[in-house]
Amino acid sequence: MSVIAVLILFSILVAGSFLAAFIWAVKSGQYDDKYTPSVRMLFDDNEHPALKEKNKNNTNS
Amino acid sequence: MGLSGEVSPEFHFFLQRPAKTTSYFFNYTTEIMILSESVSQEINMSCYHCGERCPTEVIRLDEKLFCCEGCKIVYEILSEKNLCNYYDLNAAPGKTQKILPLKNKYEYLDDEELTNKLLDFKDGKISAVTFFIPQMHCSSCIWLLENLFKVNSAILQSRVNFIEKKLSVSFQTSAISLRQVVELLAFIGYEPQISFEDTEKKSQNLVSKKLYYKVGIAGFGFGNIMLLSFPEYLSIDVSSAELRAIFSYVIFLLSLPIFFYCGSEYFVSAIKGLRKKFVNLDVPISIGIITLFTKSVFEIFAHGNPGFMDSLAGLIFFLLLGKIFQNKTYDVLNFERNYKSFFPISVTVKKSGEEKAIPLSQLKIGDRIVVRNGELIPADSILFSGDGNIDYSFVTGESSPVEKVVGEMIYAGGRQSGSSIELEVLKEVSQSYLTQLWNNFTTKSSEDFSFSGVANAFSKYFTFAVLVIAAVSYFYWMNIDHNVAVNAFITVLIVACPCALALSTPFTLGNTLRIFGKNDFYVKNIRALENLGSIDTIVWDKTGTLTESGESEITFVDGTLSSKEMIWVKSLVRNSNHPLSKKIYASINEAAALKIENYLELPGKGIQGEVSGQKLKIGSEHLFEQFAAEAKTPGELETVPPPLSSEVYVSINDEVRGKFKIQNKYRHDAATIITRLQSKYDSYLLSGDNESEQLYLENLFKKKENVLFRQAPLDKLNFITRLQAKKKRVLMLGDGLNDAGALAQSNVGISVSEDILNFTPASDAILNAKMLKKIPGFLKFTTISIKIIYASFTISILYNLVGFYFAVQGLLSPLFSAVLMPLSSISVVVFATVTTTYFARRKGLL
Repeated sequence: MSVIAVLILFSILVAGSFLAAFIWAVKSGQYDDKYTPSVRMLFDDNEHPALKEKNKNNTNS
Repeated sequence: MGLSGEVSPEFHFFLQRPAKTTSYFFNYTTEIMILSESVSQEINMSCYHCGERCPTEVIRLDEKLFCCEGCKIVYEILSEKNLCNYYDLNAAPGKTQKILPLKNKYEYLDDEELTNKLLDFKDGKISAVTFFIPQMHCSSCIWLLENLFKVNSAILQSRVNFIEKKLSVSFQTSAISLRQVVELLAFIGYEPQISFEDTEKKSQNLVSKKLYYKVGIAGFGFGNIMLLSFPEYLSIDVSSAELRAIFSYVIFLLSLPIFFYCGSEYFVSAIKGLRKKFVNLDVPISIGIITLFTKSVFEIFAHGNPGFMDSLAGLIFFLLLGKIFQNKTYDVLNFERNYKSFFPISVTVKKSGEEKAIPLSQLKIGDRIVVRNGELIPADSILFSGDGNIDYSFVTGESSPVEKVVGEMIYAGGRQSGSSIELEVLKEVSQSYLTQLWNNFTTKSSEDFSFSGVANAFSKYFTFAVLVIAAVSYFYWMNIDHNVAVNAFITVLIVACPCALALSTPFTLGNTLRIFGKNDFYVKNIRALENLGSIDTIVWDKTGTLTESGESEITFVDGTLSSKEMIWVKSLVRNSNHPLSKKIYASINEAAALKIENYLELPGKGIQGEVSGQKLKIGSEHLFEQFAAEAKTPGELETVPPPLSSEVYVSINDEVRGKFKIQNKYRHDAATIITRLQSKYDSYLLSGDNESEQLYLENLFKKKENVLFRQAPLDKLNFITRLQAKKKRVLMLGDGLNDAGALAQSNVGISVSEDILNFTPASDAILNAKMLKKIPGFLKFTTISIKIIYASFTISILYNLVGFYFAVQGLLSPLFSAVLMPLSSISVVVFATVTTTYFARRKGLL
């Protein structure tokens, strides 16, 4: 039966990581504007060349 | 124009009688082809940039047509920078560039102190700023604004928030200044709206983010606790006590953030209410939550079973969801505007012969300022030079401009029309008559209880009843079985937790708010909506609310006048103070200063005089003998709305040359709306204007005493206060600054606006002027919504009664509660949303 206890803890860990992802999403402003990104994704390549280099590794900021 | 001319009569026939047989259809396809060609030609005649119809002299470039130089320049820039994608995404996405911003309009942005206030961020190298750009309207706008770096490489990044119509720009400070960024935007047709208010930063959004966190955590806890409670639900006998304990402890841990973080605001609000000796709905909710929690903690540690934790988590989760739903906010709209957002950010000051734009905040007493045509007078001042022709319509409601001569005092808030004038500032901006007036207005008390008034009024009795039932069942059981007594007492408190009750208002009114929003009627919050449901008196403003705001359209018809003759007309009407004369005067652009001889004013008829030896007569049809026979009797004139279109005839040397047609005035359905509403509500009209339309309006409002003229802003405010003293609940509809006080004082103030993104005075709701005709429908629907709330109350009380039935017997099991609570909540939510949507459909609001 102890295997269930481990599974329970594991499941909570997984669920917790989703919660963390949700909180991060709210914090990083993804819920502030729910329309523009849907249009923006249709445009190609709209980043300043200087910023592009910088953001290459950190595309989410 | 070309449309009706080129379509053959057969096609009209086709239009009227839809093709029943295919042969019909084939016969007329050729016609359709011709038609579509003519249509496409029509479209091609429109400006490639802004889509407006091109004037007769078209500007051509790259086989494209432009309506004005401005549009062409924008196109040139975009094509040079390879940004023509702008035109591919949407046809003619631009805004007409006919009126170009003044050259040194943004000079004030060179002021460092001011720019620092506008900037969001600055580190010497890079600056970031956020602009409000109401012009953005399509994906082309987003595309272009996000590609600003291609126009000027000093701009590093520009990000659009389309919903809020905001653009965040970060740029290299060394290569481009804030002023240049603004000018660049203005140049490509996206002139940012920068107002005095922007210099005062305020943070929002934090509240709503917190709510999202709370919902996330509560949802997480709710799901996991339910999962861990499954053995209990299915009555699985968990043989290992150890495992059972682990389950319980995990549930306990999960419940901690829910109780202390997510639920905390209910406790805070309940205590706040109790301190004010007021039992709001948060009180029974808090009692329920706390009982649930303590009882469950006791169960977990004493018996190792999870108790009611699943109910607790579900309850808080649903309550928070309701909160998110009711917090529908209109980010673009501003309900709390004060004079600062009405005033410009800069003003042109003349110092030692040089004109310089400075920020308004730096304006000092004694400064000499220049106010151009259409500009706002920012502070009380004295006219120093020029012809003052001040339009106070937004401040006082008076529709005709006031003439001022040198040396006269001019109050802030008026708009100069005509040539530019110079003024000497008498008072500081914050001390001006207008701003003082604004500051005097009492702002409505903003109690921040989480629930609506209806629910709170109800909760006093509810809480009392619950406590009585709990106590009675306790004392009933006490002598029989002490354990059952305690259990009954606790479970009554638990089951009484008015979750469904608390959800009925947010979902009903939240949905109503959305439905209204779809109809361009934006209500501030559900509290305002509730107030709207209880009003019994409606007060209308005239200018700009019942009448179309802005200038009236003046055309000369049935003949033509040469520009020389126009000057004569202008010279003559200049002498008259009649509103129509003033309107005609303002509409003629030619310079006028000819001397008038033998000037004569014939009251009710018109004016006459001699200009350059020519005999001129200007006036109504009564002035001319040839119309005398057709003239209407005075009685007839009083029943038809006189101002819908005024006609002013012009004769030169006794020959009628045509007439001025002056149109604007009452909105399309104004009369119908007022008549419809009168059966249910007391209606009043407060006009800042003169009595020229008295008879018509008195007929419309039935009672003479219900129509008041020449009402100053303070008179309007006092009028509302007097009505309220008579226990009337007042709805005020107004548009301008002159109504600001009345709008704030009334129980519900709706500000009517042609363009909702433009300035509107502080109010409870903003209504697009085009939707004025729906006001009766909105009011009716609000009362229906209130009724739906009462119906949902009944449903949730029924659930409570079922719960009580088991609870008083001490029979309420955790499982039963875990089913009953979500069931009641969900059914109330479904009932509220479905019924509101259904009635909205029936009332034609969806």
